Amino acid sequence: MLLQSNPSPFLWGYRIYVAAFFIFLAAPLVAAGAFAFNDSLFPALPWQGFTLDWFFNDTEPKLGMFHDRRLLRGMYYSFVIACFVASLSVLVGTTNAFLFVRGDFPGKNALYIVMVIPLVIPGVILGISILVLASDTANYFENSFDLELEFLRPGIFLVVLGQFSFITTITSLVITARLKKFDDSMEEAALNLGASRARVLRTITLPFLRPAMIASGIVAFLVSFENFNTTLFLVGSEAPLTITMYDRMAKVGSTPVLNAVSFFLMVGSGLLALVSIFIQRDKSVR
Amino acid sequence: MTPNPTFDLECNNIAKSFGKVRAVNDVSFTIPSGSFFSILGPSGCGKTTLMRMIAGFEEPTGGDIKIKGKSVLGTPPNKRNVKMVFQHLALFPMMNVYENIAYGLRCSGHDKDEIKRKVHDVLERIALPDVADREIHQLSGGQKQRIAIARCMVLDPDVLLLDEPLGALDLKLREAMKIELKLLQHQFNTTFIYITHDQSEALVMSDHVAVMNKGDFEQIGTPQELYHRPNTAFVAGFVGDSNRWTGRVKSGDATGGMAETDQGLPIKFTANGQSQISEGETVDIFVRPEFIRTLRGADRQSPVEPHETSIDGVVDSLLFNGANSRVLVRGSTGQLIEADVTLTGSGDLTPGEDVRLAWSSEQATCFARHEAS
Amino acid sequence: MQQKDIKRLTMLLLFAPFALWILLLILLPHIGMVILSLREKVAPRVYEFGFGNYIDFAMEPIYWNTLLRTGSMALLVTALALLIGFPIAYYIAKVAGFRTRGALFLLCLIPLWVSDLIRAFGWILLLRETGVISTFLQWSGAIDGPIEFLYNDATVVVGLVYTVILFMIVPLVSTLDGMDNSMIEAGYNLGGNGFTVLRRIIVPYAMPGIVSGCIVVFMLTAGSYLTPILLGGKNSSWFTEQIYDQFITRFNWESGAAFGFLLLAFTSLVIWLGLKLSGQTLANTVAKS
Repeated sequence: MLLQSNPSPFLWGYRIYVAAFFIFLAAPLVAAGAFAFNDSLFPALPWQGFTLDWFFNDTEPKLGMFHDRRLLRGMYYSFVIACFVASLSVLVGTTNAFLFVRGDFPGKNALYIVMVIPLVIPGVILGISILVLASDTANYFENSFDLELEFLRPGIFLVVLGQFSFITTITSLVITARLKKFDDSMEEAALNLGASRARVLRTITLPFLRPAMIASGIVAFLVSFENFNTTLFLVGSEAPLTITMYDRMAKVGSTPVLNAVSFFLMVGSGLLALVSIFIQRDKSVR
Repeated sequence: MTPNPTFDLECNNIAKSFGKVRAVNDVSFTIPSGSFFSILGPSGCGKTTLMRMIAGFEEPTGGDIKIKGKSVLGTPPNKRNVKMVFQHLALFPMMNVYENIAYGLRCSGHDKDEIKRKVHDVLERIALPDVADREIHQLSGGQKQRIAIARCMVLDPDVLLLDEPLGALDLKLREAMKIELKLLQHQFNTTFIYITHDQSEALVMSDHVAVMNKGDFEQIGTPQELYHRPNTAFVAGFVGDSNRWTGRVKSGDATGGMAETDQGLPIKFTANGQSQISEGETVDIFVRPEFIRTLRGADRQSPVEPHETSIDGVVDSLLFNGANSRVLVRGSTGQLIEADVTLTGSGDLTPGEDVRLAWSSEQATCFARHEAS
Repeated sequence: MQQKDIKRLTMLLLFAPFALWILLLILLPHIGMVILSLREKVAPRVYEFGFGNYIDFAMEPIYWNTLLRTGSMALLVTALALLIGFPIAYYIAKVAGFRTRGALFLLCLIPLWVSDLIRAFGWILLLRETGVISTFLQWSGAIDGPIEFLYNDATVVVGLVYTVILFMIVPLVSTLDGMDNSMIEAGYNLGGNGFTVLRRIIVPYAMPGIVSGCIVVFMLTAGSYLTPILLGGKNSSWFTEQIYDQFITRFNWESGAAFGFLLLAFTSLVIWLGLKLSGQTLANTVAKS
């Protein structure tokens, strides 16, 4: 629309560039997904025909992902971790939103920046710093009190903490943005109609925040599920899916079952992302 | 304390300061039951603060508020039987119309059947019986307005506060809603307190109007009193349109006198009884356009009554607005004077025409300047 | 006054989770990491305070070369992501029709949350010796034997740009979307040509979005682990790999902590410089997105 004054060959070149970019964007994802359906032991050309074995077959050598114990277990751990991280980070994100939108205290702006910083700290560093502190604390208790604090050793608990440490920034930003749009007179109107403070929160404010809470919860879930860098240092014996896949890739080499998992994850996360976008969009119109 | 049931609301010397800023300054008034009371003032005059204190969202720094004779100081907003229609209505978008109206009833623990009956009853009364299942965003501006009022009225409040609720509506709808609000108030027979900066809203709807300026009430009275017998220069200037001059009193006694404007125009005035005006004082003189007669042609030469002021001038321009048309006349001393005229469509005034303006000294309201403001 | 106490209590209750989060998961761990990095191993199980780990780093060119290489490649990736991404964001926000715009933006948002691992895996399948592109080129007769596209710097850069570019495009689209079209039209109307309008009006307006995208992209790239290793092979010399090596393979946590701190300090320095040069602050860029 805004390039009408420019000659149209330029616009056509521009369009081709944009199209090329989206092909670039899609190519590896298509490659990762498509070979899940290739009836071959290797994720490579030539195309040997369509199969769903890499999802459902229950015997070696073409063991499908839904029969691969280790992958399933990884998926289960990822799921558990992501659920914990999502609910915790939405909870703290909500309190943070109230703190920074409603609160009035010295150093508020500085602390708001502090809240954003975890998002830009490299995940590897978050991972090792939490590992160091947890191990130091655990060692201290072991040496001084002969107390073995198992949960401070690498494992699910630390993975949850590590991911929570930066995902909370995401949920806080999303929920804060929504709370800023809240019309305070709505709370006053509810009070005026005789509602108690708790009731106002339950029936007016939280329902208003709900779309942002759900959407940010979904994003938190997805980020947690796909996280690798922070998790790598904190993982114990219960390896989540990304770690399991990486091990498989490094040790066994790539097999189409990894494509099957990739396909499954892409479809799943794509759908969840869509849901989160539509939840937010629908309500923001009002 | 003896409860005085004839007043729904009493405010005694109520005051509010925000830090060093005094928003409301020892305001006292009483509102009789079942009346439509407006608080009129420019933005920032403290009227919203006053209303928020009545609703309980702000604690006054001094004075007392009584509702139905009982002091409500220290009573939290959700325990006061004062309901409020907010400026942007604050209808709950996550609930439909029924739930919005039922909200207050549910808070006070009514049972389901009673809520249902009351909601449908109130919808009936505001003439919107079929909208219970609509979502808020499906309503028109006027419907939203009525739902916001119904949401409060269903709780049977002692006083209903309305905070410029017509501000967001377009002009046509606003005119219609003025009448409708007045009718609704009659129907519910509840005391309405209406906050506005729009003088026409206040004049049309109210039984009594309080004009507020800089935290003080300038005058409380019926719309006619405010319009025809303003107590202060502020009220005279704020309520209705006026030609306004500043000048100096040349001669005068208890009944009236003669003043000369800064431009040198002599004006006869009648003292309004409220304040004595002595010679040499600086005064503000107000003359409403509808009291100015415009004389043209031969009429210009006819003698004017002794108590009238007259001035010759030339028509500068016509401000056509149907029944409210005006003429702008440039007087001999150079200033522009507005006067109401009836424009019939043929043989009307034309710019450049010589005219004479005349008005009675009773219509020249004069106020002494007490301090430079 | 009772109401005031309740308000204060509520504030404290709201502040507690924030304080616990920042203190226990961000501040203390980083302090712990710095302290650990200042411990020198003088004998088995005997440590003393000192800068030995940092001296080791300075004395070993491989280490600081790796850090510099990581930093410069991250800068290159950031610049490329901006150059490639800006026209795309502009197209989505300003050129595309209303419907296309929504669809294209969705196409950008949905793959945002696909794991680095899967993206890198996809590239491997395309680029390796037996991969799709090599096979395709042989089949078409353009080359005689298989070609290995993996394990070189160019591939690593392409892979990294690919991984992070959406984090550049999405904030840019939001920023450009908020820009009034009439501003651009006024620019043309007042006699500007395409280039001056871009330089004088669009870029300055989009600056917060550009800086925000650059910060996120730079940090993601400098801290990335999977893409350089999987696409660059074991010898990709990425600094995060060194940290992993010290921590997990050599079990030398002291030195690993020092490396971690160095990476953090180095990237923070680059970002600080970038903010100074562009005249932006952290508050009006990243904190806004």
